[in-house]
Amino acid sequence: MSDRSPAVAAQPCAREVRSVVAIRMTVDGTQYDDDVEPRMLLVHYLRERLGKVGTVVGCDTSNCGACTVHLDGHSVKSCSVLAVQADGHEVTTVEGLAKDGALHPMQQAFHENHALQCGFCTPGMIMQAIDLLNENPNPDERAVREGLEGNLCRCTGYQNIVQAVLDAAGRMTGRAESDVEPTAEAVSPRHAAPVAGGAGG
Amino acid sequence: MTATIDAPDTPDVPTAEIGKARRRKEDARLITGRTRWTDNIQLPGMMHMAILRSPVAHAKITNLDTTAARALPGVHAVYTGADLADEQGSLPCAWPITADMKAPQHPSLAVDTVRFAGEAVAVVVARSAYAAADALEAIDVDYEDLPLVLDMESALADGSPLVHPDLGTNRNAVWVFDSGEAGTGDNVDDAIGGAEVTVTRRFRQQRLIPAFMEPRSVVVDPTGEQFTVWSATQIPHVLRVMMALTLGIPEHKLRVIAPDVGGGFGGKLQLTPEEVLTFLVARRMGRPVKYTESRSESLVSAHHGRDQIQDITITATRDGAVTGLKVDLMADMGAYLGLVTPGVPILGAFMYNSIYKFPAYRFTCTNVFTNKTITDAYRGAGRPEATFAIERIMDELAAELGMDPMELRRKNWIKHEEFPFTTVCGLTYDSGNYEAATERAMELLGYDALRMEQKQRRERGDTVQLGIGISTYTEMCGLAPSRVLGSLSYGAGGWEHAAVRMLPTGKVEVVTGSSPHGQGHETAWSQIISDRLGVPFEDIEVIHGDTQTSHKGLDTYGSRSLSVGAIAAVKAADKVIEKARPIAAHMLECGEDDLEWDAGTFTVRGTSNSKSIQDIALAVFAAHDLPDGVEPNLDSEATYDPENFSFPHGTHLCAAEVDTETGEVKLRSYIAVDDVGVVVNPMIVDGQVHGGLAQGIAQALFEEAVHDETGTLVTGTLADYLVPSASDLPAFTLDRTESRATSNPLGVKGVGEAGTIASTPAVVNAVVDAVRQFGIVDIEMPCSPRRVWRALQGVADAEPTAPGPGGGLGSIDANEPQEEVQ
Repeated sequence: MSDRSPAVAAQPCAREVRSVVAIRMTVDGTQYDDDVEPRMLLVHYLRERLGKVGTVVGCDTSNCGACTVHLDGHSVKSCSVLAVQADGHEVTTVEGLAKDGALHPMQQAFHENHALQCGFCTPGMIMQAIDLLNENPNPDERAVREGLEGNLCRCTGYQNIVQAVLDAAGRMTGRAESDVEPTAEAVSPRHAAPVAGGAGG
Repeated sequence: MTATIDAPDTPDVPTAEIGKARRRKEDARLITGRTRWTDNIQLPGMMHMAILRSPVAHAKITNLDTTAARALPGVHAVYTGADLADEQGSLPCAWPITADMKAPQHPSLAVDTVRFAGEAVAVVVARSAYAAADALEAIDVDYEDLPLVLDMESALADGSPLVHPDLGTNRNAVWVFDSGEAGTGDNVDDAIGGAEVTVTRRFRQQRLIPAFMEPRSVVVDPTGEQFTVWSATQIPHVLRVMMALTLGIPEHKLRVIAPDVGGGFGGKLQLTPEEVLTFLVARRMGRPVKYTESRSESLVSAHHGRDQIQDITITATRDGAVTGLKVDLMADMGAYLGLVTPGVPILGAFMYNSIYKFPAYRFTCTNVFTNKTITDAYRGAGRPEATFAIERIMDELAAELGMDPMELRRKNWIKHEEFPFTTVCGLTYDSGNYEAATERAMELLGYDALRMEQKQRRERGDTVQLGIGISTYTEMCGLAPSRVLGSLSYGAGGWEHAAVRMLPTGKVEVVTGSSPHGQGHETAWSQIISDRLGVPFEDIEVIHGDTQTSHKGLDTYGSRSLSVGAIAAVKAADKVIEKARPIAAHMLECGEDDLEWDAGTFTVRGTSNSKSIQDIALAVFAAHDLPDGVEPNLDSEATYDPENFSFPHGTHLCAAEVDTETGEVKLRSYIAVDDVGVVVNPMIVDGQVHGGLAQGIAQALFEEAVHDETGTLVTGTLADYLVPSASDLPAFTLDRTESRATSNPLGVKGVGEAGTIASTPAVVNAVVDAVRQFGIVDIEMPCSPRRVWRALQGVADAEPTAPGPGGGLGSIDANEPQEEVQ
């Protein structure tokens, strides 16, 4: 009951806690070299070592999805990944989406569709929604709802989130054809082709 | 699509920004991660606190050894209840509902006895959160179990174990409202004695958890002349007062800041043990300290909501005119009293009669202590329970009478021409039009066609049956007229404060005592003041949530921000205009009576000579040429105390399909037609309704805080406490009607709680309606597939009320494994 997280709880409070491992990862386009405890969660590394506090912690059982980031272009719950597991990989957080002052289409869609209230789930929701569209560029409402079921929101009843994702799908597929949507490529190179090929909305 | 019933007729209400679906100012930071959650804060020298919590529900602490924890690297200190007993005081309850209410001591850190599983028993302060969590593992505690009591009826029985032996009883208070005694109606016993038709039901309001997405967090910095407290709270102003009173800190030495706050729903309307402990530790150590709870801690220790048993008796004539309503309530306080714990059920006391013209009414509430987490405000706080009970029993009465449930409501509700209407509780509803909202909702649902389909499905014995649920709700919000709160023994007023500051360049700062945590106040207040002062929306900054910069306020809860807080801002803006008027007259060399004010500009009547409010603000800044005796300042403040509650209403209709073979409930459509008065921002209002619906539907179908027989919360993670996901909810169909509130100059009513209040009975009524043909007259919430299936098998009544845990990690029920794995 007093445990702060399963990962922390699993570790004995002995000498090996002090041992550290050298890691290197790229986060939002910047490369970092660090020494971390092997038990350190990726989300804690992002928040406490790199100051990437845009990514938040909402639970300790990987149910809420508030901490969702992209690891090599795929969404992961960063509370369920150890920092050492991200060694050598590329991480994108909500703070790395906007390019040159231009919002990512998903961010824009969240704003225009009032898809956030308190905003705490929003970073994770946006990252998951982008991944969802990378997998399925033209989802219907049911597919969006199911694609977001690992991300909890307590404010919106999801209605406007779903609307925002459908709206973003239109924006992103429309733009992908003319290859002006930089973030989809940067975030998810492996899915750039399906995004482009899925244009139709 | 809003049907306007009462055309705006107040000439002083501008309309340019009000009514516009402005995209929110708040979003830019939140969608890019430029956020200021309390847990983001890092201060020089900051230490981290972790809390050891009791795993048992009622026990003596016989041994608490912190030696090993204290010796671990990075650990600065470990404190127990004994260490802090002299300085921690007793957490406050600001609502002593009766003169003889039993109020126990409420320590932040248990001293020698724990009374619920999850209660704090020790704190560790360490250089990092990881080190603090490690040290918790090294604390050794021995507990000697005490007899415990978990359900209210057992707690009230003779010989029950006592949660607080020094109180001599588990009965916290008994509170009664009787319309006969109050002179607001007849005697309900007479109504029952002479009734042609009487229906009684027992409804159970299961225990819920607010489950705001941002776990609570607090940072205390003791290094300045003042203590600065950042907290994920709804109530920075109330927190400051309460913390000062509880700990004996001079109030002027405390500054409380609510930075970005990730939802509350009543769950952050509290002075928490965690806030007190972080403060005490930081003060002792002279260094900043941060505490952030885990989700598991939040679910077990942040206050819960609901948890009531409602015995309802309704009487009527054979032709369907209601004649009396009697409510006997038991409300579970949990182990202690929080800020407004005992008053939550009382907030519902005046709402059981709802929109109906009952001639006689009695409400009796018995508050009970048990060995569980405390309850307190959760979205709606008392009013969802009341609305559920009345809307459910109206359906039961309709079934008894053989009437269509909407027809029964129509026969008994207040007609639109009868407003203002004084109810059997003595409240005066200022405006409303139940007919219009209902007509629109029935049209959107296709009520008659669905009734036909329902009939056909019944006739052909379809395995999937259809039910239609109705909720024609109203609620009282906009808390509240101070004198009314005083008459209910509430410990504070219900006013709100605001200031409007004119900057030299014509920009405007609006300071509000409301404290948003997702509601969009910055956008809505900007719209309102833009209209009032005639300055652009973009030129307005809304300042809130810091007792240093918004020094006075009563914060955000009870759907009060717009109908109280924004009205204070309107009044302050009006004072700015009045202060500007003599200056404008001086600048334009005319008399004040010759000036016309419109859209931000004073114009000399009949001429084109004018000065804008921005011109005047600059002239005031220079102060070179002001009229004699006029101070060089347009800034103004106002403190507004509402004269009445606000009474939003609406009609919600739910069509639910029940699979009679599996018990699964599927919401086919959900229609919400709400009347919240004048709408400032329809996009934000829709969002409030969407979220409210989700929470109300979740009570009906998914959520329940379950304790096992040892008092352990078995729904202690988000895998077990079933906050719905996007895939669990349908798309909602919304519309509005509009009856202006007459109690405030904007004509607005509250909207924050309406969706939650309305939706729970609509859903359960639909579920019961689908299966009523099988003789089922009630299914306890949440209407899980298991509950519905059991009801269909006719075993529901034989089962104890204790339900199984949810569908996640803790869902394996050791007593009935075969049930869960089938």
